[in-house]
Amino acid sequence: MAIELRQFHQTFFDESLEGLASMEAALLQLEQQPAASGGETRETLHAIFRVVHSIKGGSGTFGFGWVADFSHLLEGLLDDLREARRTLDKPVVDLLLRAVDCLRNLLDAVRTNSEVNKTAVEEVTLALEDLHRAAPAPATTAKPAPTGGWRIAFRPKPELFRSGNDPLRILRELARLGGITVVCDTDTLPSWRELDVERCYLGWTIELCGKVSRAAIDEVFAWVVDDATLDITPLSEPAVKHPTEPVVHGTHTDIGRAMLKLHGTSLRISTHKVDTLMDVVGELVITQTMLQQTAAHFTPKDLPQLLTGLAQLERNVRELQEGVMSIRLLPLGFIFSRLPRLVRDIGEQLGKRVELRLAGEQTELDKTVIERISDPLLHMVRNAMDHGIEPPAERRAAGKPDTGIIRLEAQQKGGNVIIEVEDDGRGLPYDKILARAVAHGAVAANARLTPEQLNELIFLPGISTTEAVTDMSGRGVGLDVVRNNVRSLGGNVEVNSRPGQGTRFTIRLPLTLAILDGLGLQVGQQTYILPLVSITESVRLGAGDLQRLPEGTEVFALRKEYLPLLRLHEIFGVAPRAHDVAQGTVVIIEADGTHAGLLVDEILGQQQVVIKSLETHYRRIDGIAAATILGDGTVALILDASGLIRLARTHTSVPLGTRETVTTAAPAGASLH
Amino acid sequence: MATILTADDTATMRQMISFTLGSVGHNVVQATDGAEALEIARGRKFDLVIADINMPNMDGISLVKALRTLPDYRFTPILVLTTESQEQKRQQGRNAGATGWIVKPFNPEQLLTVVKKVLG
Repeated sequence: MAIELRQFHQTFFDESLEGLASMEAALLQLEQQPAASGGETRETLHAIFRVVHSIKGGSGTFGFGWVADFSHLLEGLLDDLREARRTLDKPVVDLLLRAVDCLRNLLDAVRTNSEVNKTAVEEVTLALEDLHRAAPAPATTAKPAPTGGWRIAFRPKPELFRSGNDPLRILRELARLGGITVVCDTDTLPSWRELDVERCYLGWTIELCGKVSRAAIDEVFAWVVDDATLDITPLSEPAVKHPTEPVVHGTHTDIGRAMLKLHGTSLRISTHKVDTLMDVVGELVITQTMLQQTAAHFTPKDLPQLLTGLAQLERNVRELQEGVMSIRLLPLGFIFSRLPRLVRDIGEQLGKRVELRLAGEQTELDKTVIERISDPLLHMVRNAMDHGIEPPAERRAAGKPDTGIIRLEAQQKGGNVIIEVEDDGRGLPYDKILARAVAHGAVAANARLTPEQLNELIFLPGISTTEAVTDMSGRGVGLDVVRNNVRSLGGNVEVNSRPGQGTRFTIRLPLTLAILDGLGLQVGQQTYILPLVSITESVRLGAGDLQRLPEGTEVFALRKEYLPLLRLHEIFGVAPRAHDVAQGTVVIIEADGTHAGLLVDEILGQQQVVIKSLETHYRRIDGIAAATILGDGTVALILDASGLIRLARTHTSVPLGTRETVTTAAPAGASLH
Repeated sequence: MATILTADDTATMRQMISFTLGSVGHNVVQATDGAEALEIARGRKFDLVIADINMPNMDGISLVKALRTLPDYRFTPILVLTTESQEQKRQQGRNAGATGWIVKPFNPEQLLTVVKKVLG
């Protein structure tokens, strides 16, 4: 039978990467606490060894040759370390950390069929080889196979059964190799009364005919060779010495690598979560049975029972929903665990000393949110290292301890998760930021901004990107990108800073992407859901508030800023009740820094909806993010604010939301929502 | 078919073993380390135990030793998983009372062959 090994690949990758992350964390810990007790260090080294050992085993099985060879080499060094044949000093830790990177790279290359960073891997390979000169494997000399067969005298020790071995199994295996004649030796069999059924009293002499190699026979006896006396002789000496058979070592091929193109992702769930779900489903079945019984012979006096049943059903369904949601939740520790290494490396590069304090790693977030928030979060930590924390000398001059502190804390509040990234560095350079904002034309030169408005400035495009592009943060990725990423997840990010004392970013994210807080909007017979995060306010306009630009776009003034008006019924071609702005309501939406007004018949109210992908059921539509099913069973479309604004932009040539102020002398703060 | 207990701290290995053996009808129970395996083994009798050598919280060799002290497991076949380089471990496993070993890396067919051999 053929078993497709590929189905285990994803588990292997997930597990290996997880193992490497814990190995990295353990190494950093060893480096920081060299004074840890010998036993502790040994235990940590054992744990690290097991990680590499598992990767070696898996990659060997799957034929990922390079990974297997590399981890084999690494395992050698780790073995030396845990057996105390070598001491764990800084160069060794450095090398091990680099080896972790290499393994990640190698695994990644196999997984995504991408290029390996050959130079790095080869460098580390050489360094590992230098450190650990592997003894050449003893050459195996295969004995020639005789032509005439073998005589085997096999006398197990009485204790043979205690190892779970069975002589019968061995005889059966020999019979598979060739024709056998077996003679049983019962000489030592005691009398019935003295017989101990747990001991083996028998021996056998076996003649095995056919062209069978000695190695094949040795293999049959391999497990019992120490629990038996064994004499294997050729039946007749071979006349000609056969040349040594070539020994083919199990060469690793990279077939796996070539074959493998992984699509889709997998999810590792703790068995506890699955068990909880099983419990809930069990209860659901009980409730169903109960309801069925009630319904089968229903009389009006059973009504209380029916209502109890329905209440129970409601509770079960809610628990089931929560349970299923929690399957997609992953602890933030997945991201946090990458930070110590990052902080260490960047600190060394920048010559800054930083202590990383993490809290709330166990806080859980949707897997997709975790994946998409990872880069922004790492970026913010890099930012804090690069711009926030001062070099030791500057800190000393400011009366601060040499070592800066970066604190990351996550906690769940209601349906949101709050992540704070805080440093005790020099704070935001407001004067520079303001100057930049003025240079970019985002703020008038004579503007007087409130602290909140100042804080908002760093999220504008082009403001937070440093002029001197450092290796660390200024890669053209500014905080505007961070904010957009966070917003695309339905969250938000805010900043607070005190000059000389530090900066704190607060990221607020929804627990899950499957449920959305939205506002129900009515247009004609249709109900639309607009995500709450993209709404700033709603206003009522009169017909006189509208002005038509020569290109045809309708605009209206809101607090001295012109916003375009989008008529939702026109965009989606539905018949509205409110053709005139005075009859309807205008909802102000905001996306990617631009604002627009959306004309609808009426606002229905706030509600939570379960997001159903439109693309998987139908196809992508501009201006629509997804669909949902409302309480009454009808389908409602969930609007995509940025898509709507884009859509309106393509219909007109007017640049929307460009913050043209009504009067040039308007306070610049007005343009900052 | 047989009920088999497999102890391995590597999820990939556990999955592969249990899928492979499950695919021919065996009933496989997984344990993530030696201590857990021992706990599970105390509760019921298995026809075969497959244990990795390298495990946290009681390694394979200690597990074999501990299992052999249980009346139910005095003669039960126990296989240990070792790598080529672990000849010494293999020997230790044998001395502890293991029936035999499977050398890693192995493929599903090799595993089935060995298990078939042991279960007869």
